[in-house]
Amino acid sequence: MAAALIIEDLTKVYGNGFEALKGITLQVKEGDFFALLGPNGAGKSTVLGIVSGLVQKTSGKASVMGHDVNGDTFDARRSLGVVPQEFNFNQFEKVFDIVVTQAGYFGMRAAEAKESAEKLLKALDLWDKRDTPSRMLSGGMKRRLMIARALVHGPKVLILDEPTAGVDIELRRSMWDFMQDLNRQGTTIILTTHYLEEAEQLCRNIAIINKGEIIKSTSMRSLLSQLSTETFVFDVCAPVADDFSLDDFEIKVTSDESIEVIVDKGQSINRIFTLLTEKGVEVRSMRTKSNRLEELFVDLVKEKTA
Amino acid sequence: MNPTRVQWIAFQTIVVKEVRRFMRIWQQTLLPPAITMTLYFIIFGNLIGSRIGEMGGVDYMSYIVPGLIMMSVITNAYGNVSSSFFGNKFQRSVEEMMVAPVYPITILAGYVAGGVARGVAVGIIVTLLSLYFTDLQVHNFGVMAAVVFLSAILFSIGGFINAVFATKFDDIAIVPTFIITPLTYLGGVFYSISLLPDFWQGVSQLNPILYMVNTFRYGVLGVSDIHIGFAFAMLFVFIFILGGYSIWLLRRGTGMRQ
Repeated sequence: MAAALIIEDLTKVYGNGFEALKGITLQVKEGDFFALLGPNGAGKSTVLGIVSGLVQKTSGKASVMGHDVNGDTFDARRSLGVVPQEFNFNQFEKVFDIVVTQAGYFGMRAAEAKESAEKLLKALDLWDKRDTPSRMLSGGMKRRLMIARALVHGPKVLILDEPTAGVDIELRRSMWDFMQDLNRQGTTIILTTHYLEEAEQLCRNIAIINKGEIIKSTSMRSLLSQLSTETFVFDVCAPVADDFSLDDFEIKVTSDESIEVIVDKGQSINRIFTLLTEKGVEVRSMRTKSNRLEELFVDLVKEKTA
Repeated sequence: MNPTRVQWIAFQTIVVKEVRRFMRIWQQTLLPPAITMTLYFIIFGNLIGSRIGEMGGVDYMSYIVPGLIMMSVITNAYGNVSSSFFGNKFQRSVEEMMVAPVYPITILAGYVAGGVARGVAVGIIVTLLSLYFTDLQVHNFGVMAAVVFLSAILFSIGGFINAVFATKFDDIAIVPTFIITPLTYLGGVFYSISLLPDFWQGVSQLNPILYMVNTFRYGVLGVSDIHIGFAFAMLFVFIFILGGYSIWLLRRGTGMRQ
């Protein structure tokens, strides 16, 4: 499968001398749903800024759908839709005008632009707000407006920089459905997010960036398979003793009614239930302590920083 | 898709957006120059002008009308582009164009066309108002239209450069307040430079606005202190130099791209 995005030895040194990217190399396949993760200030937005033309690279190469972002700017930009992290539309313009104007920048005739804008605003539940100035929208609506604007010209690659930041759970889930539909229709999606659950749910491949370097680039499945332990929390019906133990499982009694059990790769969760039943402990509920990807992410970043 | 067609549609999009902007806030863009110029006509033209008598062979009101029309065109063309482009930078909506396949020359042309549209719109309003105070003649319509059009282009480009370098709203007020307004007042709007001593006549000839005002006055009245051909040559040269500089700034992403 062809590459939607190729980045080779990309560096960026800002005017104040800060080295934001230290020669990163990355490839995203066409049709992929790709996550670029990293702590704050790792260089995620700089990478996306260079690809979309908002940041000037210091050296290296980047191409979108085979078009160099600096040499073949016209075709590279036509292939790309960008949803930035910060709201960046004119606060005084109406929702419909913002989307139609963006279509015009991509050379779409008025009738074609209006048709595409209507379709997207309806799909993103913004059609009722089409005549509302953008400043009057809620945070979630503004995020959806930026998605509609980025998609109006039908890009093959969509970049989303923290698309669900500050969005409530219900809306976030509906945005996930929308993005998944879009990806199924063939749009390559590249996403940065702080919600690791979001990356785990949506993305097939992932790169982790820290201090301007790619520290991991692999498939989500392969990354998660590296997880050596996982912590499960069991809420029990009656209090257990402080010295409560479960055979060879490492456990921690965190409160009268809650036990944390660390399960190594290869250990069976069924055995925990068997042991708990033998000891007469009744389980009310069970959950994982934190998101699996989050555990790995923290380990990887810590390892690299150490 | 044909890049030329894309650029043409993008240009039209920017122009429509710009015209829509100044029409939406007409109370801030079209009304104030109409009020200010009406006051000029009443105070300088009617009240004071009646005591001055003739200037350049015509009555004082007829003499100042062309200058006031040009002053409106210049300041509004400049102000439209500087405030609109800086506003887009400030709200970061300029990024909408930067992520699109829009060439720098298209961006510049679109904003300049918006500035020319407002300059000409205000020029027409002021001209219509002036008809209430005086009978406006037309000596050479071609010269009038050409100088209005070229001056509006030049000052729109100036407004664009100002906005590129501006980092706060104060920065887009400094040039109009401290440079354009004084040059306009000293550019022969209210008097003929032949009234000045030789030394100050020489100094006045370094003022580019003098050439625009006098060329427009020539188009209206057939009276001018300067050579018309030289004025047009100067306008073309400045448009070429400043236009090229603006495109270079856009290519570099000065003030926009990190």
